[in-house]
Amino acid sequence: MNKNRDPDVPSNGGVSKVSPDNGFDKPDEFTRRSFLTQLSAAGIAAAAAPLIHSPHAVAAPATVIEPVPETQVPGAVPFVLNINGRDHRVLLEPRVTLLDALRENLQLPGTKKGCDHGQCGACTVHVNGRRVNSCLSFAIMHQGDKITTIEGLAQDGELSPMQAAFLEHDGFQCGYCTSGQIMSATALLKEPCGSDDAAVRECMSGNICRCGAYNNIVAAVQTVRKNA
Amino acid sequence: MEAFQFIQAKTVDNALDAARPQAGAKFVAGGTTLIDLMKLNVERPKTVVDINGLPLTQIESTPDGGLKIGAMVRNSDLAHDATVQKRYTVLSEALLSGASPQLRNMATTGGNLLQRTRCYYFRDTAYACNKRDPGSGCAAIDGFNRIHAILGTSEHCIATHPSDMAVAMMALEATVIIQGPSGNRNVPLNEFYLLPGSTPQKENVLAPGDLITHATLPALPDGTRSHYLKLRDRASYEFALASAAVVVTMDGNRIRRARVALGGVATRPWRSPEAERALENREASEKNFRAAAEVALRGAKPLHDNAFKVELAKRVLVRSLKVATTQAS
Repeated sequence: MNKNRDPDVPSNGGVSKVSPDNGFDKPDEFTRRSFLTQLSAAGIAAAAAPLIHSPHAVAAPATVIEPVPETQVPGAVPFVLNINGRDHRVLLEPRVTLLDALRENLQLPGTKKGCDHGQCGACTVHVNGRRVNSCLSFAIMHQGDKITTIEGLAQDGELSPMQAAFLEHDGFQCGYCTSGQIMSATALLKEPCGSDDAAVRECMSGNICRCGAYNNIVAAVQTVRKNA
Repeated sequence: MEAFQFIQAKTVDNALDAARPQAGAKFVAGGTTLIDLMKLNVERPKTVVDINGLPLTQIESTPDGGLKIGAMVRNSDLAHDATVQKRYTVLSEALLSGASPQLRNMATTGGNLLQRTRCYYFRDTAYACNKRDPGSGCAAIDGFNRIHAILGTSEHCIATHPSDMAVAMMALEATVIIQGPSGNRNVPLNEFYLLPGSTPQKENVLAPGDLITHATLPALPDGTRSHYLKLRDRASYEFALASAAVVVTMDGNRIRRARVALGGVATRPWRSPEAERALENREASEKNFRAAAEVALRGAKPLHDNAFKVELAKRVLVRSLKVATTQAS
């Protein structure tokens, strides 16, 4: 992408306006996600530059893309999903999975898409208190269910015991599987699962961590179980 | 994924009505097989009937001492049911060896019986597959067939049946209760699954619009012990390369009654009456277990990459019999 970039565009795109101290101390104003959103918007603008043949087209720092007015998707059905204690009215095709509804329509991207086929566990959420793979369920099948995502674990700004234990024990490396791991581990506390580490490994086998943070994940889970 | 008409059923009659007039309608319960295959364009139903609202979630004792399991009972609930754990240990063990806790919370009893194969050529529409696209050929026979079947195969299909639960139910002589447009019927599980032959797309006796409502298990003789052992490429969250479900009733050290089924090696959950006959009225000994394993695998037809399964299946059966016959009763 770099070789196509207009030389007038600063290499850091829209990020130059944000100072680091501003960013990380005031999460309400600037979050990791808004940072990434701006970054990708800048990337799109830069990549588009050679195509529109205008030296000024990308001169301004990138801003968040305007939200597209809601369009009527053919076959979309209105229904209500209860997520993290709140009702959300949605208008979705029946083929939209719960995972895609959370990430793409409800701005809850904490639930991750890994394999999208029930083989990795990154998309784990709770439905009526039980852990499930949100990639293998249509959103429309969950009218009347109580859905909890990783965004719903912290209460009043306090991390849940499992979230805190993952931090304390460094139960992750890249972090992509982490929300699924924490949702699984949280549900495990209420399930029949043996007390030793081997039992925890078996009960957590539906969540793959390609960084291999398993030892620390087991330690985090065991800490919460011992303190429970 | 292709678009489809979505219908939510609240009763069995609702569900049957919704599916009856629609060619190519599918019921969705847990979704763990169907939605996976819809994303791959292997399944392309025009209508999907959601049966999660059906009142088929009970596990009930029957008057004759058996068990009646609703089709919508989730795998995790069935595995942790106290009666199943105590009296039908093999079923609980099989269920807990399958998939992951999340998937077991979703997957249902009826759906598990209808799991589709994990054959990678079936799951990839770029390849020929007689099961997915009848008459197109079988890419697995001359392809990489390490995970494929050695029993019950045909020149048209060598795909294994992936279920663990069904293997245990085969050894428990379960019956499938079916309602459908052509009436209601009870089918012994042993007659439910079809061999691929020249029609591998037809995996069981269900007709279009049929719905499994229950599975029943007969009572077992007092003192019966059972065990499920599964061998696979990793310790958990993986399909079987070879597995064995055994149900034995002992008379001292003599085997009075034996039921044997194998998984991961055959095109359907594989009951072995030959192995049962080789075990009954004989001492529980490694020599006799090995003899039973030899007859169970006598008809095996290994292919280029899966010859190892012949010995693996024998060993998993011997080991499983050893565990079941030495358990404290």
